Amino acid sequence: MMRGLMTDLLAARLQMAVSLAFHIVFAVVGIGMPVLMILAERRWHQTGDRMFLELAHRWAKGTAILFAVGAVSGTVLSFELGLLWPRFMERAGAIIGMPFSLEGFAFFTEAIFLGVYLYGWNRVSPRAHLAAGGLVAVSGGLSGIFVVIANAWMNAPTGFDLVDGRPVNIDPIAAMLNPAAFAQTLHMTLAAYAATGFIVAGIHALHLLPDPRSAFHRRALAVALLVGAPAALVQPLSGDLCGRVVARRQPAKLAAMEGQFRTEVGAPLRIGGWPDERAGETHYAIEIPKGLSLLAFHDPGATVKGLDAFPRRDWPPVAVVHVAFQVMVGLGSVMALVGAWALALMACGRDLTTHRWLLRALVVAAPMGFLCTEAGWIVTEVGRQPWVIYEVLRTADAVTPMPGLVVPFTIFTLLYCFLGLIVAWLLYRHVLKSPAAAAEEMPVGARSREGV
Amino acid sequence: MTHSLTLPDVLAGLIVVALNGYVLLGGADFGGGVWDLLASGPRRDRQRALIAEAIGPIWEANHVWLIIVIVLLFTCFPPAFAELSITLHIPLTLMLIGIVLRGSAFTFRAYHDGDGATQLRWGRVFAIASSVTPVLLGVCVGALASGAVPREGKTGFTAVFVAPWLTPFCLGAGALTLALFAFLAAVYLTVEAREVALQEDFRRRALGAALAVFAAAAGTLAAALRGAPLTARGLTAMPWALPLHVATGTAAVAAIGALWARRYGLARLTAGAQVSLIVWGWALALYPYIVPPTLTIAGAAAPEVTLTLVLWAVAGGALALFPSLVYLFRIFKRS
Repeated sequence: MMRGLMTDLLAARLQMAVSLAFHIVFAVVGIGMPVLMILAERRWHQTGDRMFLELAHRWAKGTAILFAVGAVSGTVLSFELGLLWPRFMERAGAIIGMPFSLEGFAFFTEAIFLGVYLYGWNRVSPRAHLAAGGLVAVSGGLSGIFVVIANAWMNAPTGFDLVDGRPVNIDPIAAMLNPAAFAQTLHMTLAAYAATGFIVAGIHALHLLPDPRSAFHRRALAVALLVGAPAALVQPLSGDLCGRVVARRQPAKLAAMEGQFRTEVGAPLRIGGWPDERAGETHYAIEIPKGLSLLAFHDPGATVKGLDAFPRRDWPPVAVVHVAFQVMVGLGSVMALVGAWALALMACGRDLTTHRWLLRALVVAAPMGFLCTEAGWIVTEVGRQPWVIYEVLRTADAVTPMPGLVVPFTIFTLLYCFLGLIVAWLLYRHVLKSPAAAAEEMPVGARSREGV
Repeated sequence: MTHSLTLPDVLAGLIVVALNGYVLLGGADFGGGVWDLLASGPRRDRQRALIAEAIGPIWEANHVWLIIVIVLLFTCFPPAFAELSITLHIPLTLMLIGIVLRGSAFTFRAYHDGDGATQLRWGRVFAIASSVTPVLLGVCVGALASGAVPREGKTGFTAVFVAPWLTPFCLGAGALTLALFAFLAAVYLTVEAREVALQEDFRRRALGAALAVFAAAAGTLAAALRGAPLTARGLTAMPWALPLHVATGTAAVAAIGALWARRYGLARLTAGAQVSLIVWGWALALYPYIVPPTLTIAGAAAPEVTLTLVLWAVAGGALALFPSLVYLFRIFKRS
């Protein structure tokens, strides 16, 4: 009965996609927010301005909620590697388990010092508190880097030889230093800072539009832009690096990203458009002559392999990958422009709040970092299909023999939708409202301690 | 049986160390949720507040022990991880749902103030998830111990995906895990409580939980003799079995004695020892298998280069983590 609705393979892929899409939001915030918190706290140390302390408190509160949900949804993912893809882990574990193990330790450090940071305001010295925050920021960044290294290996598998379909001569260090690792980790880390900085900046810009003199929101906006704007500005460069790795290592993924059906000398860059897999053509795109060859290989005359160079069974779903790529690049470009605008005004010493169009642009750009991140993961994950380990193991051969996978897929989807709504509501109540509107609120434990 | 410890043995041992850490620390956090569910009497709200205060700063760090277990398992013994993940798909998935709901609900309750009814509902979710999750963990551990995980020669959905873990022995192991976690939590809370009345509340609960541990252990052993001959043999016939049981029993009696005498610091130490000995007894009963009765530690091990690197990583990680953990607990826990 279940099989009629959805194959187990599709259900497994969707469950993995939902789990990743859900978790990445919290992972991104877990990397970015600690940086904002310690910047605010440091400003408080330097200036004695209590508004920065209030800011750090408030951001810490949001981080606490998001980190908890991130921790448990990350646990789900580590189990799902086996629950959904046991044949993948059976082969890949020995090769690429190493960065996961390192991530385990980085995450441990993060959790320990986040506990110190969130609950230790009155228990450790101000310097120790700031140092704890710094450790959270560093270990959060490292956690992300280690996990993305493992993902990069799935795109550019190295560090082993395949003999009769079995990996031998395993070299876990070479696997970690795979050709996609640097570009992908840089791209994801910048994405985390850009997405976090922009959502926070957008929220405070929204408060500043009706109330441009609010000292609290002005400070918040400045700190958020300090993190988000430079990251958004340099992100296109790391994107270029990623694109060139993909061009060399995964030409089928590049062809899908660009809607490039035919192998072409001096291939054009297609902006927008809709790839028609049946017709083998991308319709309605704006084509910039030789643009793709130039971008992917830094040579306008370079040959770009089209999907026609690959057997049909090795094609990724072209339309999904192409559209997701357009969304990522398009919104990312908007963020880079808005970031440049804000940075230019700041560099000239201007008061940002008098530039109402910038505030409006920041509000509009607020969710774009997260949309870009989701779109980027769709590009890299769907674009790798039909492989789980590129050209080594097919996703279909990695899936568990467990039947009825539509059931856990449905359960986790509903669970995550529900949790997402609750988190959004709590953040609205605790973090988004102006300080005057929300009274000082404390967790259950803290309250009892003070006998309130 | 004389043979020297091999590299795979060492890494399997480290996984048990991490599991032991999870049971002692993460387990007690789940146990706290059990006592939140069972909070009663005139100090009901203060019991709950004490539990929340005790868990708040540390539960996320305590939870990471489980992630360490999983990543070490899939890095060092990939076929064992694959086999467990396939056969135990259902209880592991249910356990994950429990883990997600426990952690989220605990945090939501803490921040959902200003609305008592909603806060109470999240407290309920936290408490129920805390009570169900350990049972599922115990069921999985029991299934592994009973030698029912390998799929060879089995056909049909029930035989492969349900029968290995839906047995009296596994359910007994689930009940035992729940009782142990609740016992640990109650003992720890006697140390954490700062007023005598609350201390007495948790002392009574700890003594009750100790009884539950004995009942569950006896039931599980009886079921093992019938349903898990491999474990039963490991637990009774091996040369180390008797000294181990004597040590476990001594620790258990000492824990109860210390509780009785209101020596709470000593009770925490002996209860921790008792539970750790049970974990190691379980691990030794499996040895030399990792997924009995087919997959041995040596047979499932990743190549030596991987194991060596992981060993170095664990050594480096421990060097950084141990002082950090001590720091965390010194800030938030009474000695």
